[in-house]
Amino acid sequence: MLRFVLRRMLSAIPSLFGLMIVTFLLIRIVPADPAAALAGDNATPQQIADIRHQYGFDRPVGEQLLLYIGQVLRFNFGESQYSHRPVGLDIRQRLPATLELTFAALLIAIVFGIPLGVIAGVHHNRWPDFALRLFSITGIAVAAFWFAIMLQLLFSMQLDWLPLRGRSASGMVLPPEVTGSLLVDSLIAGRFDAFWDALRHLVLPAVTLSWGALATITRFTRAGVLETMQKDFVLYERAVGYPRWRLIWIYVLRNSVIAAVTQIGLLFGALIAGAVVVESIFDWPGIGNYTVQAILTADYKVMLAVTLLIGVIYTLVNILTDLVHGLLDPRLWEQL
Amino acid sequence: MLILRKFARDIPALIGLIIVVFAVIVAVIGPWIAPHPGDIVAAHLLQRLKPPSAAFPFGTDNLGRDMFSRVILGTRGALEVALAVVTIAAAIGVPLGLIAGYTTGWLSEAIMRVTDVFLSLPQLVLALALAQLLTPSLETAMLALALTYWPFFTRLVFAETRRLRSSLFVDALQGIGAGTARIVFAHILPNAISPVIVRATIGLGFTILVAAVLGFLGVGATPPQPDWGLTISESRNYLPDAWWYATFPGLAILVAVLGFNLLGDGLRDLVDPRLRRSR
Repeated sequence: MLRFVLRRMLSAIPSLFGLMIVTFLLIRIVPADPAAALAGDNATPQQIADIRHQYGFDRPVGEQLLLYIGQVLRFNFGESQYSHRPVGLDIRQRLPATLELTFAALLIAIVFGIPLGVIAGVHHNRWPDFALRLFSITGIAVAAFWFAIMLQLLFSMQLDWLPLRGRSASGMVLPPEVTGSLLVDSLIAGRFDAFWDALRHLVLPAVTLSWGALATITRFTRAGVLETMQKDFVLYERAVGYPRWRLIWIYVLRNSVIAAVTQIGLLFGALIAGAVVVESIFDWPGIGNYTVQAILTADYKVMLAVTLLIGVIYTLVNILTDLVHGLLDPRLWEQL
Repeated sequence: MLILRKFARDIPALIGLIIVVFAVIVAVIGPWIAPHPGDIVAAHLLQRLKPPSAAFPFGTDNLGRDMFSRVILGTRGALEVALAVVTIAAAIGVPLGLIAGYTTGWLSEAIMRVTDVFLSLPQLVLALALAQLLTPSLETAMLALALTYWPFFTRLVFAETRRLRSSLFVDALQGIGAGTARIVFAHILPNAISPVIVRATIGLGFTILVAAVLGFLGVGATPPQPDWGLTISESRNYLPDAWWYATFPGLAILVAVLGFNLLGDGLRDLVDPRLRRSR
């Protein structure tokens, strides 16, 4: 078991190096003249030359790459040319907001997706199944940014039930930071007003973000339930008159969610990517919003750092998924 | 034809096919069926932000342009981008997958390493970064999307080729002295093409979505193009009063993507009945 864990973790190291090299090449080398892009439209040739020298673009590519890898290994991501603060610091301050949003979305997807999948599977080819299949297939086809705007239009602008944007009301005194999650921190501080405020701000972005994941979990749970319902033990329990409710929601469910659970790892990566769009619409002060700002202002170092960060999160989540998988299924220990 | 009859029984796939055919027709004859084909650039300030009515079924935008016409006219751009991106991505990804799958050694290893790195990054973020760095326009957005989409094809074709490489007919071909190029392109490729077609169909829908995000964030189409994503982004200044301004382009995206997804799912069932629809 320990060997399995170690080998899986070691196998990630070349991937992480590959990640560094590819992102570097893509972001620094693909554009014909990065210095010109940085300097903007109205720059003089002299300014462009200065920037080229200042960023080291005039050195050989190999040297630039080695320099970059050296910096990253020392967790030095440089300074944002937009906020003039160290990129590492910006990321550290913004990461908790993104994690809170992502976990909230994942929670919504699991809490609603699994029961919906069971209902669809149990009522196979009858109207609840058709309705849920239609729902899950539109869930994947809908553009998240548009869905977000529709939710804002209805719940914030028309009904005025929920705040339009941001993470907390302006003027709200925030609880002292312990975990970085506003919800948890305000509970720790016993500040229920802050908790309620944070929750109201979280609802729309989290629901938007969870939509695709909800559809996926529903689909996988449904497939699992359909398969389990064919099993002999279900037939037997039904034949001996075991209560249908208990049979479905305990025994069938337990045997059906494995496929859905393994999807959760993949979904987490998709959620981080989705957060890029959702955060920028709801003005959520997280990594996604930061990424969009960096890209739109061509803020090189931030762009490099956040793509790398997202890639690392993807890789780590993949390892974690494999490990959980391995725990559930010891036959996998021998492979790899 | 057994296969056609099977397809005809698959109602969701048929709906998908109908939507796709409809979208293609609208894209081709759009300029002739749009009530106000001049409304790509025209401005009629006296009728700005009018709600949906008989004259303007989808209302008008901030410059008084007919939204119904602009949604119709935007179809061509959306489909063109999707088709170009998927074609370029397949043209890069499929040969690389064949090479990596059929050969062993450093080249194969290198191709798959790079592919894995691309697949470990969200396509959207990479495409956004590239599109911005290459000075934003519809063409660079297309290029950025294609450059970040090919790995999906490489991985798929790689797996198929690896599977086919050890099959009996390839052994036989090697035995009679067939050249590598002939085996790979004349025999392995046709056998590996069906999952590629399925992937490409779903990829068309997916690309419409991602391209709309690029347009929405301002690194894709540029005004006054009737791009769906760009239009939704422009509409945000006029909410909540002009709800129709944001709603209809989004519905167009939804229907188009839904069409390609349903069709792709149906094709997958047709090509490989072992794969269940739910996956």
